[in-house]
Amino acid sequence: MLVTERLRLHDDIGAWVAKHGATRAALIPVLQEIQRSYNEISEYAMQEVADRLDIHPVEVYSVVSFYSFLEAKARGRFVIRLCRTVSCDMTGKDRVARQLENDLGIRFGETTRDGNFSLEWANCLGMCDQGPALLINDQVFTSVTPETVHDLIQACRKSFGPLAVQGQKGRTH
Amino acid sequence: MSAVKKGLVTFAAAVPEEGLKAALARPRSEVIAEVTASKLRGRGGAGFPTGVKWNLAAAATAPAKWVVCNADEGEPGTFKDRVILAEVPDLVLEGMTIAAWAIGAARGVLYLRGEYAYLRDSLEKVLARRREKGLLGTGILGSPLSFDVEIRMGSGAYVCGEETALIESLEGHRGEPRNRPPFPVDCGYRSEPTIVNNVETFACAAMVLAKGAEWFRGIGTEVSTGPKLFSVSGDCREPGVWEFPLGITIAGLLAAVGGEGAKAVQVGGASGRCVPASEFGRTLAFEGVPTGGSIIVFGPRRDMLHVAENFLEFFVDESCGQCTPCREGNAKLLEGVRMLREGRCSWAYLQELQKLGEVMQLASKCGLGQSSPNAFLSIVEHFRPEIMGRTAGGNA
Ligand SMILES: Cc1cc2nc3c(=O)[nH]c(=O)nc-3n(C[C@H](O)[C@H](O)[C@H](O)COP(=O)(O)O)c2cc1C
Ligand code: SF4
Ligand code: FES
Repeated sequence: MLVTERLRLHDDIGAWVAKHGATRAALIPVLQEIQRSYNEISEYAMQEVADRLDIHPVEVYSVVSFYSFLEAKARGRFVIRLCRTVSCDMTGKDRVARQLENDLGIRFGETTRDGNFSLEWANCLGMCDQGPALLINDQVFTSVTPETVHDLIQACRKSFGPLAVQGQKGRTH
Repeated sequence: MSAVKKGLVTFAAAVPEEGLKAALARPRSEVIAEVTASKLRGRGGAGFPTGVKWNLAAAATAPAKWVVCNADEGEPGTFKDRVILAEVPDLVLEGMTIAAWAIGAARGVLYLRGEYAYLRDSLEKVLARRREKGLLGTGILGSPLSFDVEIRMGSGAYVCGEETALIESLEGHRGEPRNRPPFPVDCGYRSEPTIVNNVETFACAAMVLAKGAEWFRGIGTEVSTGPKLFSVSGDCREPGVWEFPLGITIAGLLAAVGGEGAKAVQVGGASGRCVPASEFGRTLAFEGVPTGGSIIVFGPRRDMLHVAENFLEFFVDESCGQCTPCREGNAKLLEGVRMLREGRCSWAYLQELQKLGEVMQLASKCGLGQSSPNAFLSIVEHFRPEIMGRTAGGNA
């Protein structure tokens, strides 16, 4: 990590700890902020958080490893999480999965080499009446089909910022 | 009242703050008595009587108490809490505020699952608006009640919907369920008395205060009172959120949602039970087939073994790993289902798997492990001819 990046992380964590409080209860909100802004919770970040909250870094790691939305290894700018649970399974999540893998050139659990996309499985997203459903970062897309996968990926490529608008092809609720 | 409707019928018709005003005009004990008299039971799955829970927390003596809204909604096939939070968030916050008055709490937390992060901004706006209108903050509507709510986000762990795991998570720990007792009503968040209720439960409580316990008891059955929201998905013409009085039969529900001809219905999500067509005359109620509201319809051509496999994959993934029956048991059951699928499972081994499932129900530490074999066991029980003696590769 570059020195300037470390400094930025150091300052950011300081600000988040100030916002959420220097208590154990602030641990997860602070980790969520780091995840959101940096797409990963690096060892350096964990050490920094541990120092600020006065807990052992192993405690921080143990929390990070427990939650599937907190990640120690770097993820892409856009994390695509496809629901694999039963109702989405019945509406064709396997075909959507195949198309996602084909169009991104990666498998589930991997990140594209340019660091733009990660592909992951999720459990039920609470959109079971409109499956198959997937999340791209914080946004939900429903009734996704193999054909609309391409449009979703293109929309991400075009924006290359936070996903501003909701579902182009999928309905959102 | 036998309203059978799509969407949030009763909740959408609520008069804003009617329940809160009624509650603040009465002493706490009467508020709890009203909720108890309504026979409202928790909408999150376990069906614990809400009045009893509130009463226990009210009786606890402590300088600080907490009202927690469980919006972790992770049960496969459930989405009604999301729709409630999107369409009638004020009613939920009204219910939480009433609860705060009833038990003597000054602070509340809405624990929103990470998958619903897109709801957060609008909920923050609702909170801000309520503060402006004097519905949250100090001296709510001129009463002595001071109460405020903060939103905390989950991070993608189904087990955090279990109330003690949720509290662990709020305290900054891994979401590992605690031993009970002590119960949260005595020793919850920050070791202070805490009530944890489902989103829909708070909305119901607000309705009870607005319209009275008698009105609420007039809907549903003797034991299972009130309207209930059902999240309906799978093989039917009209999936979505539906409202039925508790006590409706499965056949009645299927007729309304266009799911006639189904071969089975999964009631209560992955942790619920699979009900075969021969039992569609049973009722959806605490005294019948109990449910938090997840209904997944399986049409005639669905492979029930595939369904069992999908559910077990879910539990293997979501088990917190703290206790052996759940951690190892679910992995064994999943392996067994795969053996069945490949036609490699003997009758004797299937018996062993069923016994294992029963041990898991008894010996697991929390509701996740205790209920994880339910779907498997009910599918083995009702669909034995379909799942045994498969030829390699599966022949469904
Ligand atoms: C594994 C597991 C997951 C749960 N998930 C939820 C949930 O997402 N929402 C919920 O309200 N209750 C959930 N519960 C039930 C809670 O532990 C608790 O009983 C409930 O929030 C109490 O609220 P109620 O009485 O209003 O239903 C879950 C229980 C278990 C064992
Ligand atoms: S039953 Fe499963 S989820 Fe519950 S405590 Fe045991 S391992 Fe964890
Ligand atoms: S099963 Fe996919 S969103 Fe619920």
